[in-house]
Amino acid sequence: MSDGITPKTIFDDSPRHDPGGAVKVYFRSIAAIIWKDLSMELRSRELLSAMLVFALLAILIFNFAMELDVKIRSTVTAGVLWSTFAFAGTLGLNRSMAIEKDRGCLDGLLLAPVDRSAIFFGKAVGNLVFMILVEMIVLPVYSVLYNVNLFHWGFLLILFLGSLGYTAVGTLLASMAIHTRTRDVLLPILLFPVVIPVLMAAVKASNGFLQGLAMIEIMPWINILIVYDVIFTALAFVVFDFVVEE
Amino acid sequence: MIEVRHLVKRFGVKTVFKGLDFHVQSGEFVVILGPNGAGKTTFLRILASLSRPTSGEVRIYGYAIPGQTSAIRRRLGVVSHQPLLYDNLSALENLHFYGNMYGVPNLESRVKEVLELVGLYQRRRDLVRTFSRGMQQRLAIGRAVLHDPQVMLFDEPHTGLDQEASLMLDAILREVAARGRTVVMTSHDLTRAAELASRIDVLSKGMIVASVPREDIEPDQLAGFYRQAISETSS
Repeated sequence: MSDGITPKTIFDDSPRHDPGGAVKVYFRSIAAIIWKDLSMELRSRELLSAMLVFALLAILIFNFAMELDVKIRSTVTAGVLWSTFAFAGTLGLNRSMAIEKDRGCLDGLLLAPVDRSAIFFGKAVGNLVFMILVEMIVLPVYSVLYNVNLFHWGFLLILFLGSLGYTAVGTLLASMAIHTRTRDVLLPILLFPVVIPVLMAAVKASNGFLQGLAMIEIMPWINILIVYDVIFTALAFVVFDFVVEE
Repeated sequence: MIEVRHLVKRFGVKTVFKGLDFHVQSGEFVVILGPNGAGKTTFLRILASLSRPTSGEVRIYGYAIPGQTSAIRRRLGVVSHQPLLYDNLSALENLHFYGNMYGVPNLESRVKEVLELVGLYQRRRDLVRTFSRGMQQRLAIGRAVLHDPQVMLFDEPHTGLDQEASLMLDAILREVAARGRTVVMTSHDLTRAAELASRIDVLSKGMIVASVPREDIEPDQLAGFYRQAISETSS
């Protein structure tokens, strides 16, 4: 085995760092983490299948449990959907970070010479993609089960903004919870109190669009969502380094 | 090169290091010996900027931990107990991923070089989960040398390796030393320490309790030297 090792191939003293600059490496790292998470999920389907089965079962249970008439259905739709996405989302967030922790891969990420916020953004965007994929599958099923039309541009915008805020906070808190032995239990306990504003705003704004309210009544909730997304994304950018370090 | 002064590290009420001093010159190959629980892994994690010192000064190439860790990590290669590889990616994909994270230029050719170096080029498209422990550790070494680091940290790298993989690792370690790279390696293996090191330190109870240049000690004296260093701190 050692015969195949020539000094020239391991350490040839040529530059080993891209001269393109830190910004280029930063964005390339984010893209690499997203690509890695999507590739692994494409093979294992562990995360998506867990989230999806949970979400579909949840809306099915709601369907049988609430025996809703047509009028009430439209008023509870947003609440049922956001409750379902929030609970299913914790499964995805936990699994996404557990993949990094279980084989020590989080250390591999932290050893990379890139600002650690790139790791946060890579993981958060990956989690957002998974959450949106689940939502895109659940919505048609919900539409058929409840006979409600959900394909309204405003509602889809709220889904995106709400999911963005949820995954930003969720990725940050999952990074904290991952260091504990009770991570599966701890994440929802940490996460749900913090995401109450985003869930409340998302439910109210979604209801507004689904019931055809005027934009002036919906805009305050959209503003809350946007402000929440900006604040928590910025907060995660600042504190992620401290959260993941021992 | 590596300067550690008055390092203190606490986990809650437990103090691991109470003022540890440690210095490594450029090109040295330092093996740190010590019993289980002495703090070897914690010490390497601090040098790798994976764990924040409670107090004290840690500098590598003049860059401080914490504060200038990106500059340090660019110069570090780390091999630990765990391979830090993704089971559901192939060997090729793992190295591409880490190459992108390190901003390695000419990545295609460098990945090919490294896979040939660690003897896994034929298995490059196989998922890591199908690899034996030895093959995973070889790929982990490939990951660690991908960006051609100037300082390498090895945390008991021979753990769980078969004879062939251990010999390959020894060959790489010798080459790293021959190329003037600085190495800090923790180990329980006195024989390997005697073969590879230019200096042998003993870490016990959070302190470097003994340090000897390799040329000042015969291989058959090493076990006695180690036992004496440990017993002095135990008493």
